[in-house]
Amino acid sequence: MSDAYRPYTLVAELTYRCPLRCVYCSNPVEYTRHTDGLDTADWLRVFREAEELGVVQLHLTGGEPVLRDDLEALVEGARAADLYTNLITSGIPLSRERLARFRSLGLDNVQVSIQDVAAPSSDRVAGARVFERKLQVARWVKELGFPLTLNVVLHRENLGHVEEIVALAEALAADRLELANTQYVGWALVNRRVLLPTAAQLDGARRVSAAAHARLRGKMEVLFVMPDYYSEFPKACMDGWARRFLVVSPDGLALPCHAAHTLPGLVFENVKDRPLEAIWRDSPAFNAFRGDAWMPEPCKSCERRAIDFGGCRCQAYLLTKNAAATDPACSLSPDHGLIEAARQEALSAPDDGFEYRAPRPAVRK
Amino acid sequence: MIALDSRPRLAAKARIRFDRKTAQHLLLYPERGLVLNPTAADVARLCTGEHTVHAIVERLAEKYAPQPRAQVERDVVSFLDALAERGLMQTEP
Repeated sequence: MSDAYRPYTLVAELTYRCPLRCVYCSNPVEYTRHTDGLDTADWLRVFREAEELGVVQLHLTGGEPVLRDDLEALVEGARAADLYTNLITSGIPLSRERLARFRSLGLDNVQVSIQDVAAPSSDRVAGARVFERKLQVARWVKELGFPLTLNVVLHRENLGHVEEIVALAEALAADRLELANTQYVGWALVNRRVLLPTAAQLDGARRVSAAAHARLRGKMEVLFVMPDYYSEFPKACMDGWARRFLVVSPDGLALPCHAAHTLPGLVFENVKDRPLEAIWRDSPAFNAFRGDAWMPEPCKSCERRAIDFGGCRCQAYLLTKNAAATDPACSLSPDHGLIEAARQEALSAPDDGFEYRAPRPAVRK
Repeated sequence: MIALDSRPRLAAKARIRFDRKTAQHLLLYPERGLVLNPTAADVARLCTGEHTVHAIVERLAEKYAPQPRAQVERDVVSFLDALAERGLMQTEP
């Protein structure tokens, strides 16, 4: 297979377990169906096979990856495979001593998430009293000499706080600030009515972020991820299906994106059954949405088809029940009215509260 | 523009590695990577905080002779400026 399909990044979802209950969690709503099925040796083999395939970046994530007792061994193995290794954590539960061990084992970068700039609002979104502890962990990260990425998922309750978020990131001496607007899949779709902002809120936040980006150039990288609900064209989800990213779920499924196993009709293979290279190259599920043969109109004849690849397959399925539809976020999609209706709804205040991430029975729709 | 007597050092978050697939060096940092051409890889490896920009230019001009020294200096400086812009390089006094 040519380099047109080369994975550069492996997203290792070490577990879906997490002490937090964030209302926009991108793990599958039925996350309890996927238990931690890979042991230390399995993951280390996955890292080596991924590196052979061309992967250079590794994200250790979850759920909450620090819940794995073998994370030290995984960091060590990742560095032995020369992968640029990034720990994506809520910071809970993480001690300074353990962080220092990760440092000496060669961990390259730590990403800590916060939910807002003050404890009450941040903890309300996380569903746990953790804000102050998160700040403490972020400080340890810098004290130990790691680069720090601060990640904040944006929605209608915190979009007005971007200026304060930037100030907090500066106070923490973050190297990178990710202002990532909520993507409405997983739990975020469940809570869309209470999370989706208005266009006016977004515009304000985007202006503040652009000013910070210019002011902090060379010092702190400020990244503002636009929500596709307010974009003219869909996002190039995962840089295209099975093109640049490889995700492995806690139970060992090799996936083109972290929600792909929620799509019906696709069979995803387990890294315990088959080498990663064979899955990447041959698996029918990986090939299902590569290229443009699968595309419907208006994608098929669209000049943007090699730019946004038809958008997000999971969003297409979640909103239209057809994973091969044009992403409704695209203004050219025949289903774009679904997005416009959600935007219209966002103009009035929601009258219901959050549904927190929690185990829930499978619901057939 | 970077001063010729400053001593550039790669930022802590940046790491160079060889890519077997393309036989080129990559400069990796959080979520991203830059593909380095052979000259850029030489420059990046010399960004240890010990060498001045001037010394790096001298070293490369020697290696890439007969390329004009002025051209080498322009290339080195513009590469270092691009790194600084991305927060991938600090300078030591």
